[in-house]
Amino acid sequence: MSTATTARDQSSPVRGTGDAGVRSWKNPIILSVVALFALLVFALGAPGNDVTFRLSEDNDPIVLPSIVVSGPVIGWIAALAMLALAVLAILRTRSGQKTPTWVLAVFAVLFLVAFLTWVVGSARTPNVALYGLLAGSVTLAVPLIFGSLSGVLCERSGVVNIAIEGQLLFGAFAAAVAASLSGSAFVGLLAAAVAGVLVSLVLAVFSIRYVVNQVIVGVVLNVLVSGLTGFLFSAVLSEDSERWNSPPRLPVIEIPLLADIPVIGPILFQQTIVGYLMYVAVAVVYVALYHSRWGLRTRAVGEHPKAADTLGVNVNRMRFVNVLLAGVVAGIGGSFFTLVAVSGFGRDMTAGQGYIALAALIFGRWNPIGAFFAALLFGFATNLSNVLSLLGTPVPDQFLRMLPYVVTVFAVAGLVGRSRAPGASGIPYIKG
Amino acid sequence: MKLELIGITKRFGSLVANDSIDLVVEPGQVHSLLGENGAGKSTLMNVLYGLYDPTEGEIRVDDRPVTFKGPGDAMAAGIGMVHQHFMLVPVFTVAENVALGNEATKAGGMLNLQETRTRIRQISDQYGFDVDPDAVVEDLPVGVQQRVEIIKALVRDAEVLILDEPTAVLTPKETDELLGIMAQLKADGKSIVFISHKLREVKAVSDVITVVRRGKVVGTADPSAPTTELASLMVGRSVSLTLDKKPATPGEVTFRVRDLTVQAANGQRVVDGLSFDVAEGEILAVAGVQGNGQTELTEAIMGLQDHVTGSITLGGTELVGRSVKDIIRAGVGFVPEDRSVEGLVGTFSVAENLILNRYDDAPFAKGLSMSPAAIEKNADEKIAEYDVRTQSASAAAGTLSGGNQQKVVMAREFSRPLKLFIASQPTRGVDVGSIEFLHRRIVAERDGGTPVIIVSTELDEVLELADRIAVLYRGRLMGIVPGAVSRDVLGLMMAGMPADEALAQAHDVQGGNL
Repeated sequence: MSTATTARDQSSPVRGTGDAGVRSWKNPIILSVVALFALLVFALGAPGNDVTFRLSEDNDPIVLPSIVVSGPVIGWIAALAMLALAVLAILRTRSGQKTPTWVLAVFAVLFLVAFLTWVVGSARTPNVALYGLLAGSVTLAVPLIFGSLSGVLCERSGVVNIAIEGQLLFGAFAAAVAASLSGSAFVGLLAAAVAGVLVSLVLAVFSIRYVVNQVIVGVVLNVLVSGLTGFLFSAVLSEDSERWNSPPRLPVIEIPLLADIPVIGPILFQQTIVGYLMYVAVAVVYVALYHSRWGLRTRAVGEHPKAADTLGVNVNRMRFVNVLLAGVVAGIGGSFFTLVAVSGFGRDMTAGQGYIALAALIFGRWNPIGAFFAALLFGFATNLSNVLSLLGTPVPDQFLRMLPYVVTVFAVAGLVGRSRAPGASGIPYIKG
Repeated sequence: MKLELIGITKRFGSLVANDSIDLVVEPGQVHSLLGENGAGKSTLMNVLYGLYDPTEGEIRVDDRPVTFKGPGDAMAAGIGMVHQHFMLVPVFTVAENVALGNEATKAGGMLNLQETRTRIRQISDQYGFDVDPDAVVEDLPVGVQQRVEIIKALVRDAEVLILDEPTAVLTPKETDELLGIMAQLKADGKSIVFISHKLREVKAVSDVITVVRRGKVVGTADPSAPTTELASLMVGRSVSLTLDKKPATPGEVTFRVRDLTVQAANGQRVVDGLSFDVAEGEILAVAGVQGNGQTELTEAIMGLQDHVTGSITLGGTELVGRSVKDIIRAGVGFVPEDRSVEGLVGTFSVAENLILNRYDDAPFAKGLSMSPAAIEKNADEKIAEYDVRTQSASAAAGTLSGGNQQKVVMAREFSRPLKLFIASQPTRGVDVGSIEFLHRRIVAERDGGTPVIIVSTELDEVLELADRIAVLYRGRLMGIVPGAVSRDVLGLMMAGMPADEALAQAHDVQGGNL
C-alpha cells in the first residue's frame, strides 16, 4: 500500500481519541430540563397511593399476578436516577465526550416508567391493564408500519413518498366499498392493495416520467384522494350505507396455545390477517433490501443512481417498480381502518396517520426494522392517550391527544442523533 | 481486443462536441487521448461506453460493427470505464459496489456476496491492490477507491479499460502506483485508453498519443515528441509553458495565522493547528491532495466556517469571529474553488456578477436604489481589461466558458485595493490560453505588494507561481519549503511526510542516483 494510505492509517487513531470535538450541549440540556421536570412532577407531586399494573385477566388460561408499586417510591427513584444521568451527560460533555446512547435509552425508560406511574396513580382508578396497553399499541401501529414500509420502499429507491396518507385513505375507502359490495373482507383487502397501487401509479408517472417535484405531487395526491373519497362518501356511500359502506370485518385468527402466553400472546398471536401480514412484510422487506439483488439495486439507485446506471441498472424502471410495490403495502395498511379498526369508511378517517408514518420512517432511519419500532412508539403514544382519557387523569384530554404528535416532533427533531437519508432521495434521475 | 471508432460525431443541439473522430485502439496498447478541458474527450468516451448515442459514426470491436444501447452493452463487449468522478455508492462496501449490476445470486435472487469477495481477493492479489472487500467505500482513500473502480471493470472481464483523467485526484506517489498498475494490465494483454491533459504522464505511459482539440482529432504523436510540441498541438498555437516572473521582493509580514484549527460538524479537525505568515509581495502556495483541509483553511480566513479557533490577523486586525462582510471590507479578495457554485451567480448577468462584492457601495448604489449606468460602465471596462469573451455585459454569467467565468471572478476581486488575495484552484478547468493570462495577473498583484495565497492541487501550477510552498496533509502543515523545491519533495510531503524528512530523503535518493 502507498505511503499515503499507511500514513493515514497511522494518524487516524490519534485524531479519533481525546478530540474535543464540536461540543453539543443539546443532550445534557434536554436531559437536565426533563430530569428537573420529573423531580417536580413525578417525585414531589407523586400521588400517595399504590398503582396497579395488571398483566392478565382473571379468566385467562394463565394468570399472572399484578404489579403493584408505590407512587412516591417510583417517582423519587426514577427522578433521582434521571438527575444522575443528566449530571453524567453534563460531565461527559464538559470533558468533550459524547453522551453515550445507553444513557439516553435508560433515561427514556425511566421517564416512561415514572410518567406511567404518576399519571395512572393520579387517575380516579389507579389500575391499568399493561398487556392491553401494549396490545393496543401494536394494533394502532399496524397502519403506521405499513405506511412506513411504503415510505422505505420509495425513498430507498430515491423517490420521496409524501402520498402515504393518500395511499392509506384510498386503500381504506376501496376496502370498505369492495368488501361491502362483495360481502367478503378478503376481496376488500385485495381492492385496498389495488387502490394503493393506483395512487402510486400517479406518483410514479408524474415524479419519475415527468420529473415533477415529488413533494408537490405527493401533497397534491393527498388532497386529491381526500377530496375524491370525501365526495363519494357523501354522494354515494351515505345515501345507501347498507349497500356501499357496511363491510364485514376481518376475523381475528388466534394461534392455538401461543395466543395464551400472557402479555405477548395477545400482541403477537391474536391478530387479523392484516396484523400477521404486517410482521411478514417487515421481515420480507428487511431481508430483501439488504440481502437480495433487488435490494442492492434499489439501494444503489437511491444513493447514487448514476453509478447504478453506468453498471447497466435501469434506474427509472427500478424506481417505478418500487413505487408501485409501495402502493401495495400502503394500500393493505389502509384496509386496517375499514376492515379491522371499525366497520365502515368515514371522511378523512386516516387523520394524518400517513404523515406520522413518514415521521416513523425518518425516526427509523430508513430501515424497515427501525421504522417498525418507531411506529410502535407512536402507536404506544396514541394508545396511551386513549387509555388515560378513559382512566380519568388530571391531565386534560386535549393535552393527552397531543401526545403522539409531541413524541413525533421530538423524535424527528433528532433527539436520537442525526439520521442520514438515502443520497438521491427526492432527486429525479435524468440521463446524460 | 481491437477497438475502432470510425467517424464518431456527437452533437448537443447546435454544439458539436465530437466532429467525425477516428480512433483505433490496438490490443495490449496504452492509447492516450490528450486534450484540454472541454475538447470533447469525455464525450467521446461516454459515446464509447454507451452513455451517449453517437449522432453519426460507428464503433467496431474486432472488426465487427456494434451498437451500444447502454453501459450494459459496452460492458458485455469487454469495455470497462473508470470515470473521473468515481461511480461508487459511498455507503456500500467494496463487495456491494463490485457486485452491483453483475450480482452473483443464490436461489430466489438472494445475493451471494461470498463469491464476489473471492473474486475481489483474486484480482486484488494478482495486481497487488490490497483492497478489503468488506471496507465501506466512503472510508477509503481516493487512490484505493480508484482501484475498486478498476476491479469493477476487471470482474466484468473488460479487455479495454478507459481511464478518464485518473490522476486528477491522486498524490504524485499514488499516480506512480497507478502508472505501474497500467503497465501490469498492459502486460496482461489489456488495452487502455488513457485520458489526460497532463503532458508528463501521457508521455510516460503511452504507446500512441491522439491529440483532440475542439472536438476534432488534430493529430497523433509519438510519446517521445517534445513537451512543447504536444502542448502546441493541444492548444492550437505555440504556448509558453513557463511564466516569466521576477524573484519576489517580500516586504513586511502583514498576514499571520496562529494555531488555526477548524472542526467539522462531526468534531474532526479538518484544519489542525496551522501557523504561518505571508509577507507583502510574496505568493504562498498551499499544496496538497484535494480534501486535506485547503478548502476549510480558505473558508476560515473568509469567515465562512464555524468552529474556528486560533488567530488570523491582517495588518494587526483579528479576523476570526468577524462577519464575511467585515472581512471583505478589511481588504481580502477571494476566488473560491468552485466558481460556478460559489464564485458567480450563474443566472445573473456578467455586469451584476462584477459588482457582487461592492453592490451597496458608491458609485453602484445610492440609498435604496442601484445605479445601472455605473454598473454597466464598470462592466464594459472590466470586460475590455480582462478580455472576457462574452456576447454582452448583460449575458448570464453561467453561459460563459470556464476560463471567461474565472476572468469575471478575478476581475471582480481585483477591482478594489486588496490587503490580501486568496485564490483557490484559480485555473481549474480553464483553457491554457486563459491560464497564462490569469497567472500573469496574479503575479502582477504580488508585484504590486499584496500578500497572495494560492491553493492548488496541481503541482505544475504550484511550482510555477509559488515563492514559498506550504503543504497540507490531513489538515496539518507538513512544512513550508522554498518555491524552487523538487517535485519529489512535494510528493513526499503531500503523502504525509514532514518537510525536513522529505528533503533529507529526496536528497538521499538523488545522491544514490549520482
